[in-house]
Amino acid sequence: MIEQPMMVKICDIWGESPGVKTFFFESQLRFDPGQFVMVWIPLLDEKPFTISYIQDGCIGISVLKRGVFTTALHNKKTGDTIGIRGPYGRGFDLKTNSDVCVVGGGIGMASLTTVVERLKRVTVIQGARTLTELLYQKRFKDMHVCTDDGSAGLKGTAVDLFANFLVKQQFRKVYTCGPERMMVRVVELCKKYAVECEVSLERYMKCGFGVCGQCDCSGKLVCKDGPVFDLQELDMMGDFGKMIIRKTGERVPLNGSVH
Amino acid sequence: MSRIDLSVNLCNIQLTNPTILASGILGTTKALLKRVGENGAGAVTIKSISREPREGHKNPTVIAFEAGMLNAVGYSNPGVEAAAREFANLEDVRKPVIASVVGTQKDDFVRVVEGLSALKFSAIEIPLSCPHTPGFGLLAGQGTPQATFEITSAIRRITRLPVFVKVSPNIPEICSIAKAAEDAGADAITAVNSMGPGMCINIEARKPILSFKVGGVTGDALRPIALRCVYDIYKAVKIPIIGVGGISTGRHALEMIMAGASAVGIGTGVYYRGIDIFQKVCEEMSQWMQENGVNNIKSIIGAAHD
Ligand SMILES: Cc1cc2nc3c(=O)[nH]c(=O)nc-3n(C[C@H](O)[C@H](O)[C@H](O)COP(=O)(O)OP(=O)(O)OC[C@H]3O[C@@H](n4cnc5c(N)ncnc54)[C@H](O)[C@@H]3O)c2cc1C
Ligand SMILES: Cc1cc2nc3c(=O)[nH]c(=O)nc-3n(C[C@H](O)[C@H](O)[C@H](O)COP(=O)(O)O)c2cc1C
Ligand code: FES
Repeated sequence: MIEQPMMVKICDIWGESPGVKTFFFESQLRFDPGQFVMVWIPLLDEKPFTISYIQDGCIGISVLKRGVFTTALHNKKTGDTIGIRGPYGRGFDLKTNSDVCVVGGGIGMASLTTVVERLKRVTVIQGARTLTELLYQKRFKDMHVCTDDGSAGLKGTAVDLFANFLVKQQFRKVYTCGPERMMVRVVELCKKYAVECEVSLERYMKCGFGVCGQCDCSGKLVCKDGPVFDLQELDMMGDFGKMIIRKTGERVPLNGSVH
Repeated sequence: MSRIDLSVNLCNIQLTNPTILASGILGTTKALLKRVGENGAGAVTIKSISREPREGHKNPTVIAFEAGMLNAVGYSNPGVEAAAREFANLEDVRKPVIASVVGTQKDDFVRVVEGLSALKFSAIEIPLSCPHTPGFGLLAGQGTPQATFEITSAIRRITRLPVFVKVSPNIPEICSIAKAAEDAGADAITAVNSMGPGMCINIEARKPILSFKVGGVTGDALRPIALRCVYDIYKAVKIPIIGVGGISTGRHALEMIMAGASAVGIGTGVYYRGIDIFQKVCEEMSQWMQENGVNNIKSIIGAAHD
């Protein structure tokens, strides 16, 4: 782990969808699937992003354009530099590595890509709002997709599609990342069908290494204890699906937030 | 094997051991305070609360370096109203909880203390010593004996809880600040806050790393300075001292206690050794005491003095 941001050169940029770009940079750091980096743009800000590509000497992050920081990232060109520090957090536990299901919603799919690549006999489900927003279609050829508007795959949510699979197929484990309300429903289904499950959470982060307390979720630090949690842990986390912490530190209901 | 007694009585607050979570580390929610308590802290301090909500500085706000940490969080906090909701039913924490209160002027401190008065805090700590937040602490002129006296007196008038005044290691006449606090009715001195500010520069980016450019220095780099401050303050005042700065082992804690501290705050140490640092430090203290024939921690407070 590196403690201070290290400047890395962007060596390639791929457009994944109109709103999502993947930035590749050379790095010898070792990452486990589900871990994240803090990305620094000097004089602007620093924000967390999951590693979505782990290759020899090269890693990538997939970034959805949302606000000031991600827009600034999207304006970067090949050859520009950004700062990274990490790896941070506890990633997915991949001991159960076959006959599993991965359920991704929106940009949450970015956290699951590296999981998929380590697994055997994996069913990949991705939900998006519309066809053009689907990610990694070339990377995962037999992915099962669904869209809110029906422009690709099933018309419906990733939860609907996942529920359909559960009826006909037995999974040993489920890995999920996406909007928190989606993950709440995936968790409910996993409990109903008695399947193990791990979810990757998002909370506002400042330090990223377990000191400032900003990313608390019921006494767990999402940056250090997580971002990945299993069903047993989630059972003890009353804030999961209910409360988030604003940048000020105020704990507020999840309703209406973008998570 | 004789029983080792780590308990201390700090301004009539019974602590099972002298370790206290320092303000600004993990103290954002009741759930985290509880967890720190379960990991062995004798008491816990909440992250400082101001009258209005504050987002604080942009990231990077906290960064580690070879000898500690640099932080300029900028007092992000939900403001007194939301804090009063978050810290309701504090008995859940099952350890004494200290409220940290900041303000830009005397009246703000008073309002925040009043806003928290219905809650079950065990003490009020007022840091008059932050080196890196405009409008607060040193940057608002709160680090003078006169300002210390005025703010402390104002709070003394409106609360029966013990009042701890947290002082800066930057100020050469630190003893006159501590004395002013004592004269104004403070019950203890918390020494020290972060030092500096300092700076780290990324030479490839050719820019300071913290968004606020400068930040308070904590951790190992601060320890010898914090020790000297506590040693000096011990001679200057009669009220107890909570020694804070760079403590991450039992030996460090014992050094601080021998310098004159009745209890010790731990912040950056959480980064070095994890949340269970409180338990580890207590075990290490006990072991040393066992080996050196000291049964009662209270008997070595100030032992380093002539
Ligand atoms: C562990 C983790 C992994 C993430 N991985 C990815 C990823 O792989 N790809 C991706 O596109 N996004 C990811 N995000 C979200 C990403 O950090 C935010 O989209 C980004 O910070 C938005 O910044 P902005 O200035 O563009 O937008 P803003 O307008 O500032 O914020 C938009 C939303 O982004 C979130 N956000 C903003 N700042 C932070 C912060 N400091 N910490 C956490 N969340 C924040 C908040 O929900 C906010 O409402 C991840 C977040 C976390 C916590
Ligand atoms: C990230 C961080 C945030 C802090 N925030 C506060 C704060 O809000 N109020 C305060 O009085 N002190 C704050 N401090 C100072 C600590 O309480 C403590 O005095 C200082 O860190 C020295 O102790 P340490 O070396 O054990 O960390 C903060 C320190 C750090 C590292
Ligand atoms: S972001 Fe600071 S503790 Fe998690």
